Amino acid sequence: MSDHDYRPKSKVGQWFNDRLPLLTLANHLTDYPTPKNLNYWWTFGGILTFCLITQIVTGLTLAMHYIAHADMAFESVEHIMRDVNYGWLIRYIHANGASMFFLAVYIHIFRSLFYGSYKSPREIIWILGIIIYLLMMAAAFMGYVLPWGQMSFWGATVITNLFSAIPLVGEGIVTWLWGGYSVDNPTLTRFFTLHYLIPFLILGLVVLHIWALHVPGNNNPVGIDIKKPSKDTVPFHPYIVIKDGFALLMFMIVFAFFVFYAPNILGHADNYIEANPMVTPAHIVPEWYLLPFYAILRSVPDKLLGVVAMLSAILILAVLPWLDTSKIRSAVFRPLYKQFYWILVADVLILGYVGAMPAEGLYLLIARVATAYYFLHFLVILPVLGFKEKTLPVPLSITEPVLGGSPNLAAARNKESKIE
Amino acid sequence: MSEKKTKRRDFLFTATTAVGAVGAAAVVWPMIDQMNPDASVKALASTEVDVSSLTPGNTLTVLWRGKPVFIRRRTQEEIDEARNVKMEDLIHPEKDEDRAKNPEWLVMLGVCTHLGCVPLNDKGDYNGWFCPCHGSHYDTSGRIRKGPAPWNMEVPKYEFVDANTIKIG
Repeated sequence: MSDHDYRPKSKVGQWFNDRLPLLTLANHLTDYPTPKNLNYWWTFGGILTFCLITQIVTGLTLAMHYIAHADMAFESVEHIMRDVNYGWLIRYIHANGASMFFLAVYIHIFRSLFYGSYKSPREIIWILGIIIYLLMMAAAFMGYVLPWGQMSFWGATVITNLFSAIPLVGEGIVTWLWGGYSVDNPTLTRFFTLHYLIPFLILGLVVLHIWALHVPGNNNPVGIDIKKPSKDTVPFHPYIVIKDGFALLMFMIVFAFFVFYAPNILGHADNYIEANPMVTPAHIVPEWYLLPFYAILRSVPDKLLGVVAMLSAILILAVLPWLDTSKIRSAVFRPLYKQFYWILVADVLILGYVGAMPAEGLYLLIARVATAYYFLHFLVILPVLGFKEKTLPVPLSITEPVLGGSPNLAAARNKESKIE
Repeated sequence: MSEKKTKRRDFLFTATTAVGAVGAAAVVWPMIDQMNPDASVKALASTEVDVSSLTPGNTLTVLWRGKPVFIRRRTQEEIDEARNVKMEDLIHPEKDEDRAKNPEWLVMLGVCTHLGCVPLNDKGDYNGWFCPCHGSHYDTSGRIRKGPAPWNMEVPKYEFVDANTIKIG
């Protein structure tokens, strides 16, 4: 990296940079050498940054009109929808923004799983990502409680009651979380406070996530270590900035579709009924992005073990770098892993589907099989595969597979050496 | 390290750490405890309910401490059904005699012990209550018979103030 050689051109710039090296940082970010073969699955980091900032900006503006009180929260949300100038727009962006955030984060996570981005030397980036993901779930859950509709109230009741599964101290913890003997006003005000706080914690972790990324540099679709900078890399600006920008535009089209044409399709009609502690809705379902874990919770007939299984399903991801014993990163060169990867994708989608269905009969059976397979994948298949699988030969550089089969190989090599 | 002699500096170090730890704990505890139920929440500890209008076979649901309480005036049939259950058939064995001192009146928290939903009246495989959230079945004594809930629905502290009034809490 050329960080150490950097010196601002202007006198003022030099004076400033000697005292606070912000210009060095800016130079590092623009010059940052990036593998030249990154595909569009790599654009979701930028998209996620956009999602986070969107949620913070719309959240701040909503907080100017929202009232965190059990008697007024529901009405204040209707007030935002009907009276506040563009309130409907800001709220719909915020509510659908949460879904878009999770859509992007799931693609980001599964990209990492396919190309082995979690493997050495990128374990810390991965673990920071898992912590961010956990915080996202906490923020989304608490945000969903704030409108104080029926799903808000009963979702909060069911999720906080998960802690009552803890032996001995469980009930005490639940009372402490509630600040009362049921979900009520004290619960709402603290959820609002934490919902406000968590995005800024995520922002801090995102900085660490990117910092940790910039130490080894990006993984790439071939999954090999590359020299930086070299003919295998391009500077972040303008190459990646333009590519990320284009992907972001495509993503915003999808985002805008939901906001303007189907703003409530991802929500639940019951949440337009004000919270009523006397009546539970007939069918309680979490938001779509939590359904796979909900299915795992319900597939275990024991209360404590169900909660343990659900938490394990998330936390198992944190130790993934050590469960996967294969030295080869990219699934492109792992013919067996590639198949198991797609089975896992299908498994998680099935879990999501049965999570939305009633927990009985065939659905329950499918949920149990899918839950068992989920853990089988991480605890048995991945560790064994690293030893058993016959991987394909890995190229020595990114340039090699691109030029390997080309009849213009000699000409291209000639041209590259001229560029260098 | 060879000669173990406690020096003045070691003492200061240990004493400072100890005082610091106690001080930190003393500051942290109020921050944690402020989240527990406050005095105004605790003050709503009891509620009185007029049950004179309740006829046999019907249930009244009232709110106590933010939670629904079922007050059921049971029919003779329901009482017999509850009392004839064998203890070994129960997931959480409790005698109906202990749950309903006055057999005609069953008073319990209308909160499923699984994850806190409100079970539905006169539903389920045991003619008692059924929780729509995750499918727990309760019998005519509010005891868990089938499903993921671990315990029977809780019987709160209550008493008859007079023939028509129940005081809960």
